[in-house]
Amino acid sequence: MRAFEYVPAKTVAEATSLLAEKGDQAKPLAGGTDLIVMVRENRRQLERMVDIKDLPEANVLSYSPDTGLELGAAVPCHEIYADDAVSAAYPGLIDAAKIIGGTAIQGRASVGGNLCNASPAADTIPPLIVLGAICVIAGPNGSTREVPAEQFCTAPGQTVLENGELLVSFKIPPPPKNSSSFYLRFIPRNEMDIAVVGAGASVILDDSKTSIVSARIGLAAVAPTPLLAEEAGASLAGKEISDEAIDAAAEAAQAIASPISDMRGTAEQRTHLVGVLTRRALNGAIQRVKEA
Amino acid sequence: MAEKKDYKVVGTRPIRHDGVDKVTGRALYGADFQTVGLLHGKVLRSPHAHARIKSIDTSRAEAHPGVRAVVTAKDFPAVEDKIADLGEGAANVKDLQDNVLAGDKALYKGHQVAAVAAIDPHTAEEALELIDVEYEVLPPVIKVLDAMKEDAPLLHEDMHTDEMGEKSEKPSNIAAHFQHKQGDPEKGYAEADVVVEQEYTTETVHQGYIEPHNATALYNPDGQLTIWCSTQGAFAVRGQVSEILQIPVSKVKVVPMEIGGGFGGKINVYIKPIAAMLSMKTGKPVKVLMSRADVFEGTGPTPGSYVRVKMGATNDGRITAAEAYLAFEAGAYPGSPVGAAAFCVFSPYKVENGTVDGYDVVVNKPKTAAYRAPGATNAAFAAETVIDEICEKIGMDPLEFRILNSATEGDIRIDGPPAPRVGFIETVEAAKDHPHYSAPLEGENVGRGVASGYWPNFGMKSSVSINVTGDGTISLVEGSTDIGGTRASIAMQAAEVLGIPAESVTPTVADTDSVGYTDVTGGSRTAFATGYAAYEAAQDVKQQMIERAAKLWEVDPEEVQFADGVFSSVNGKEQEIDFKGLAERLDETGGPVVGRGTADPNQPGPSIGLHVVDVEVDPDTGKIDILRYTATQDAGKAVHPSYVEGQIQGGAVQGIGWALNEEYIYNEKGEMTNASFLDYRIPTCLDLPMIDAVIVEVPNPGHPFGVRGVGETPIIAPPAAIANAVYRATGVRLKELPMSPGRVLKAMGKI
Repeated sequence: MRAFEYVPAKTVAEATSLLAEKGDQAKPLAGGTDLIVMVRENRRQLERMVDIKDLPEANVLSYSPDTGLELGAAVPCHEIYADDAVSAAYPGLIDAAKIIGGTAIQGRASVGGNLCNASPAADTIPPLIVLGAICVIAGPNGSTREVPAEQFCTAPGQTVLENGELLVSFKIPPPPKNSSSFYLRFIPRNEMDIAVVGAGASVILDDSKTSIVSARIGLAAVAPTPLLAEEAGASLAGKEISDEAIDAAAEAAQAIASPISDMRGTAEQRTHLVGVLTRRALNGAIQRVKEA
Repeated sequence: MAEKKDYKVVGTRPIRHDGVDKVTGRALYGADFQTVGLLHGKVLRSPHAHARIKSIDTSRAEAHPGVRAVVTAKDFPAVEDKIADLGEGAANVKDLQDNVLAGDKALYKGHQVAAVAAIDPHTAEEALELIDVEYEVLPPVIKVLDAMKEDAPLLHEDMHTDEMGEKSEKPSNIAAHFQHKQGDPEKGYAEADVVVEQEYTTETVHQGYIEPHNATALYNPDGQLTIWCSTQGAFAVRGQVSEILQIPVSKVKVVPMEIGGGFGGKINVYIKPIAAMLSMKTGKPVKVLMSRADVFEGTGPTPGSYVRVKMGATNDGRITAAEAYLAFEAGAYPGSPVGAAAFCVFSPYKVENGTVDGYDVVVNKPKTAAYRAPGATNAAFAAETVIDEICEKIGMDPLEFRILNSATEGDIRIDGPPAPRVGFIETVEAAKDHPHYSAPLEGENVGRGVASGYWPNFGMKSSVSINVTGDGTISLVEGSTDIGGTRASIAMQAAEVLGIPAESVTPTVADTDSVGYTDVTGGSRTAFATGYAAYEAAQDVKQQMIERAAKLWEVDPEEVQFADGVFSSVNGKEQEIDFKGLAERLDETGGPVVGRGTADPNQPGPSIGLHVVDVEVDPDTGKIDILRYTATQDAGKAVHPSYVEGQIQGGAVQGIGWALNEEYIYNEKGEMTNASFLDYRIPTCLDLPMIDAVIVEVPNPGHPFGVRGVGETPIIAPPAAIANAVYRATGVRLKELPMSPGRVLKAMGKI
């Protein structure tokens, strides 16, 4: 590990200019559960870490049934799942927040950091995608722009963020009537692993809760970035809930997966698991609507 | 000969003597060691699995500010090509040197190539980047069967196969081949109604001790070297460092700090000689610590293997013949545990006709080290699942089959010697009688399996001294690293002899200058052999105390008897004094009492266990869940039952990890791709049920209290027991370890 500069930023403007000065030699620091480990293990060398934990905009956690959720990029997982209203509204996001690392990690790790780390296997990205999360990005000179979660990652470890840009927060729309969400991953153990495959689903059912109005499916660890399985989700729109419809969606999800073989699983195993987990995620989300 | 009987201290569960220190975080481990003027060492490791080292230029590193010394293999003294005895196993001294710092070739990724001492760890790390090593990268060979091929890349161009004492003409990666044979296997198969033959593979597995290796060395101008470190055997470190650096053993003092797990992996030295060399060059104390990745890539795991087992049996369940072909990866230098595997493969059973072939094969992986019953788990995975298949074919309960085929004392084994007494049938009966075995299995995709595990145990040498303290307690000085609660179990054996409570003993693990020679904590020998030495030392104290009582009462020592902690005279005067009372009067009867005991017992008494496991297999993901687990084991006499249970549970858990997910995963360049606890998947507490440990006691005739070592046996049975359970849950026999979800899906035809 090389020595680096640590700078806590007090305002978003200060953070973006501190980042812009150093280009790719600067990174924002939230929980640090990925960044500090990478620097310590020489997988990444930095000249500056810009701490964003003091920025009010990055620490907001505000939910209303009318406007939805505003979630600061530095809010740690445990604060999210400790909030009952957020937990009830976005159960798929909570599924993910509760399985990242162990309890101690969840006290530090943020959803924003999980997205910016841009791991193909990141647990919170499929739920962000299926919940229609919008990423709010601040740029140098006070500019801001918004990017849908499914477009944020561009390659393993790479994102749409330009020099001097900072992910500040997420906007997640309020859950529609008769809707719910679900996320699960497959890991070889029951704890302490990174997803071999992750799958998230959100569904809106009709009032009789027998048909699907619309569905979104998100996948992790089966492509260079987490994916929105758009056709798989669309195939369910207007369909009656049935094993056949869900199997067809699972097959469509498998069709867009392009996994690799590595120490966590083989490509064929991952493709198989996309089918298994997509079915389980959809059934999980449907079950939650029915139980609500 | 020990008989089953009740004792006052042995068999009870006192609080361990080192417990408070450990639970309060005050125990001092090697990484905690600090001293004045300390330098920090870092090690440069080979990035290649197989490469010729054409040159090493250290000049830029030496010139780096803050760097105090750099060492490479050139700094070693010349050594003879000779075999050194290192306790649990022997090794060629040249190989030992070459493994510590690579000479002509780097033989695995992670092989130590050079080391730096600097004023702080970061400076040392920076300097590593300034060492210029020119490598000629060579093709690696990673798997045992590939390494045995005629055209395989050779690790050692001058190595020839030792074929039952004869050297092969052509060089080979096969270091040795041996064969044990008895009876007429062909005749045996002809008598069989059913013959099963299967092939099995296992991958490289690490012990996974929590504490990485560490060493601080100080070389003084008077030629005295001191090393503070984590080790399973301070004397083994002294011996290896003395051989590697060609320093007399009397000039090396090793101070064992507390140890955070070893399981066999902390016998061989890696950074200890490096810390010593850096201290010799700088004249300062030098501390070297490993990272977790260093531990995985640079220290000895247990080998991957290929095992083929064939067994014949009659329809009424009698084994008629058996054979095993065992090919083991030694790692970069010869010396896999294939010999122990050959010893253990059919040990529980009476096999009149059989052959066992063993192959010791070098591959481009770290030199293997001991790991809890080294070799036996690989062998049992094969033999114990073949037996399960036979039982299925002839329709016999696998426990009945074991009782029917159990070797009895005196039966001649395939490798020659007679079988000693061990409670095989007793452990099987204990499993049969346990509610687990008769409990109904509920639900789908569930199955129950059983398997046995056998380990011969080791004796070896131990020394203990005891000082009697004026307040009636004793201090007990021993040389065995305490990994699993042996301070307690050793102290308890001395307490039993002297009729004092376990709490009246203060046990200390001493450095190599402060206690007599003691072999490593390994081979399940410590509670047995160091306990035996403690028993002898306590007997010595007892005799001296009898003499003191005699002096006090002015009678002959023969007229003093000792029972239940009380000395009394038998001359009609009704004089009595307890141990504490007499200890208070040592000054008036001749001064201090010091007892000495040594042991080199030759009847360690094997240990055996029978494990029962229930599993559930997710047919969609291939994931195996362990639902229930019961392990029975013959402990001879459990000195401290809690720690015996702890050993059984810990061993079973490590066996479960080996069965389910633990493996070194290699890419095509021969690089380990999962050198962290994230992707080297040891089971967490969420992956395990409570392990029900059932202690069976068939006293070992070779120990005064009947003790048998218990530490290693429990790792042997789990992979086979789980594979047998998975078969019952899925109808599929897994023949590869680990039975990771991907392999299960493949075996089930799902992918």
